[in-house]
Amino acid sequence: MTDDVVRAMIVNDDPGPRTVVRFAGDSGDGIQVLGGEFAKAVALAHHGLVTLPDFPAEIRAPAGSTFGVSAFQIQFGGDGVITPGDEVDVLFAFNPAALKTNLDTLKQGGLIIVDTDAFAARNLKRAGYAANPLEDGSLTGYRLMAIGITHLTAEAVAPTGVGRKQAGRAKNFWSLGLSYWLFGGDRVPTIAWIESKFSSMPDVVASNVAALNAGHAYGETMELDAGDAAHGRDAELHHGVFRTITGTDAMGLGLAAVAALSGLKLTYCSYPITPASALLHFLASLKGRGIVTFQAEDEVAGITAAIGASYAGGLGISASAGPGMALKTEALGLAVAVELPLLVIDVQRAGPSTGMPTKPEQADLNLALFGRHGEAPLPVLAPATPSECFRIVIEAARIAVTYMTPVIVLSDAYIANAAQPWELPDLDTLHSIAPTFRSDPDGFEPFTRDPDTLARPWARPGTPELAHRIGGLERADGSGNISYDPDNHQRMTELRAEKIARVANAGLDHEIGSGATSGDLLVIGWGSTYGAIEDAVSRLRRAGRAVGHLHLRQIWPLPTNLGAILARFGGVAVVEMNQGQLVRLIRSEFLVDARSITQTSGQPFQVGTVETALRGILDGLEEPKSQIG
Amino acid sequence: MNRIINLTPKDFETDQEVRWCPGCGDYAILKSMRKVLAEVGRDPDEVVVVSGIGCAARLPYYLETYGFHSIHGRAPSLATGIKLANPELDVWVVGGDGDFLAIGANHLMHILRRNVDVNLVLFNNAVYGLTKGQSSPTSVPGTRSPSTPDGSVDPAVNPAMLALGGNGGFVARTADTLQDHLPEVLLRAHGFNGAAFVEVLQNCIVYNDNAFGDLTSKKNRAENTVIVRHGEPMLFGADNDRGLVYEPVRGEFRVTENAAEASAHDETNWALAAALARLDDPAAPTPLGVFYCAPREDYLSAREARIPYAPLSLGDLNDLLYADSWRA
Repeated sequence: MTDDVVRAMIVNDDPGPRTVVRFAGDSGDGIQVLGGEFAKAVALAHHGLVTLPDFPAEIRAPAGSTFGVSAFQIQFGGDGVITPGDEVDVLFAFNPAALKTNLDTLKQGGLIIVDTDAFAARNLKRAGYAANPLEDGSLTGYRLMAIGITHLTAEAVAPTGVGRKQAGRAKNFWSLGLSYWLFGGDRVPTIAWIESKFSSMPDVVASNVAALNAGHAYGETMELDAGDAAHGRDAELHHGVFRTITGTDAMGLGLAAVAALSGLKLTYCSYPITPASALLHFLASLKGRGIVTFQAEDEVAGITAAIGASYAGGLGISASAGPGMALKTEALGLAVAVELPLLVIDVQRAGPSTGMPTKPEQADLNLALFGRHGEAPLPVLAPATPSECFRIVIEAARIAVTYMTPVIVLSDAYIANAAQPWELPDLDTLHSIAPTFRSDPDGFEPFTRDPDTLARPWARPGTPELAHRIGGLERADGSGNISYDPDNHQRMTELRAEKIARVANAGLDHEIGSGATSGDLLVIGWGSTYGAIEDAVSRLRRAGRAVGHLHLRQIWPLPTNLGAILARFGGVAVVEMNQGQLVRLIRSEFLVDARSITQTSGQPFQVGTVETALRGILDGLEEPKSQIG
Repeated sequence: MNRIINLTPKDFETDQEVRWCPGCGDYAILKSMRKVLAEVGRDPDEVVVVSGIGCAARLPYYLETYGFHSIHGRAPSLATGIKLANPELDVWVVGGDGDFLAIGANHLMHILRRNVDVNLVLFNNAVYGLTKGQSSPTSVPGTRSPSTPDGSVDPAVNPAMLALGGNGGFVARTADTLQDHLPEVLLRAHGFNGAAFVEVLQNCIVYNDNAFGDLTSKKNRAENTVIVRHGEPMLFGADNDRGLVYEPVRGEFRVTENAAEASAHDETNWALAAALARLDDPAAPTPLGVFYCAPREDYLSAREARIPYAPLSLGDLNDLLYADSWRA
């Protein structure tokens, strides 16, 4: 368990003051830029935070439409912030469609900040409003700050001489300036970022900076006050060195760490697909330092090129999302058969088929565990938080080269895009990855095995006197020659399974994530549900319930001590964003009556949803608890 | 690396029994490949032969080099990965018409346009052998097979045209039984700095016997084929008394009885190469030889020039990690 997660748990008993802000507008309004810059400023003000970018797959949907609304949610406060928040304290709605589609996220009495200029007849009609909600009394349960953001921005940028189009584009920076006034935030780093981002367009720099300053000045002049909603300002992170990181960037840095720790030439081969493409972009930005990136012609070429790279002595990596993972499954079978190291990263999105490309789901677990032809076991790992992606890919690489096996890492669209502060690890604490390349020709056979790990030797082409052939046809134990011998196939099938089973001995630790180490109910989760489960379990514990939370980082092979942990609890519940995939594994592996809490809405779990479901299970356990588990 | 040593074809024999049907054209290609590998003289430990699935794809098991028998159609992408990780290796990719032109045609196109420095050898027997005789992408329309009992309907693909259209820099055609010409072309392919594509017309003795007999038998060869070589007049016939005259406006050939009138082959001329590749006329011979050879920078060299790979040190990693850090 990483230090940051442990610390979050410890302090989570007292969540402290926190604020949830949600920005919503057209997909062309620059909402994600606004949110991202706000998150950076919040981090630089030493707050804990978690973000939830929530945007459509369309690049720029028709203006004013409800399906084109892009949103960005952030919760900030102290160390205890581990989710993007259930209920929104402050909603920025840049047009009627944004208000319409996001109002239900706002808590009663919450603050709405709207751009009144966008609430004209055409936009109201397009959003499906019969009357203007700013005037018809329908928002009386909320606080309303109605501001003409569009025309105030236009006035502010007029002296820079930019045209109407650019003036319209600057309103996200005006709003950012206002946000800094309301919630704290230093404009200087933002101005530096604007100057660097738009360095070739001085008029854009001038207008964006003018808008940013004007928004801030407006809040100050009008003495606007978010009141209780700004309480997140009152909490800070513990002392340490942090950076704000998304899951994508943490995974990219983790792969860079694999390159540095192993000395292997990492060869990242993938085909563009949402939401995995951002990882290719990150690695390509390293410009060949430690990692070669290759944009393949399709998903199959991506993984087979990665297999080729591993065969040649690099470390092949491929990443994708559900539909692309389906295409890679034949090649995964080959990697299992020829026993080469390989990392395959699945940034899961809602499926099946194209599904909802920008929305998270955890429904590829069965695919990762069982989605191959033949008996083809392989390890499956899953990071729980954005920053944990760093450690998980290092572990995945270590397992891959130690055991000569493909490893699947299951991330998702939420982990990939969400940001959180990451207390940076001391590099001295990272263990090196030491690949062993066979060089001694004496007694060499491509399928003899290490007695401990059952790994076969890694014999790179180019090594003198080790020329040999491998392939997908069943290989004779030892020599690797083609073999259709019945006993050999039985033995090789069992050896491949036993090798993966042994990964459990060397894998990650799986101590109880938090809460009771024994008691009424153990809540098991995996992947991005971590924050919601942890907060829900914390609330139940504060209410006196004997509940524990165990979050699996390695889903296959399951930790050897998991059965013993399950036995310490009266009941077991599994929380996941699918229709119950891990729960079936837990039931079949341990013969326990594990309860299932699932959600497939394309949105992360809310804490309250998990808490309510767990309460229901706990209440049902009161009488017959001794019979469960 | 790149150690040149004295080798004989025998040095490339493995201890594995060859499992092709007796009389299969693959034996002749295997023999030529051993001969060429010996002649090239690259250390066998620096040679990798990659294949997909099919009869042809078994070839790596019979060559004493590094070998990878992979999955159907994907050998070109696997080979690309091998070159990405170690550009120094001498990589050959072998496959049949199903491997290269059906399930893996996409990968063939991309390895050609990228110009990854590998040698691609297509064993074209115009039939699916290992799955027992179905029609293939190169089967002539009307081919009767278990899957097309009334004769196939789909027109055939022209492999050399596909390679030229795919921006291949080296495109050649030869045949299994031409034991002088086949190694000559393979040697030229090996010498090309990039993706060299060689179509080998190959006889399947069980399912499509004599498909290319008109071209490859000693009796017919001289009349029915024209072997083209760069800078030499394109002549054919038992006495080399006839020739091809290239008509650039129409991009076509005319057969001449006056050998002196025959055009010289120019392998750097894409249009001429395409005209040779698609020449399919009962009144004209079928061209064999190196149709096109236009040297250009290979993929790995181009990548290295643009984005040179360098190992990442822990110090570099530290800089990356702490680049956007702040102290709370």
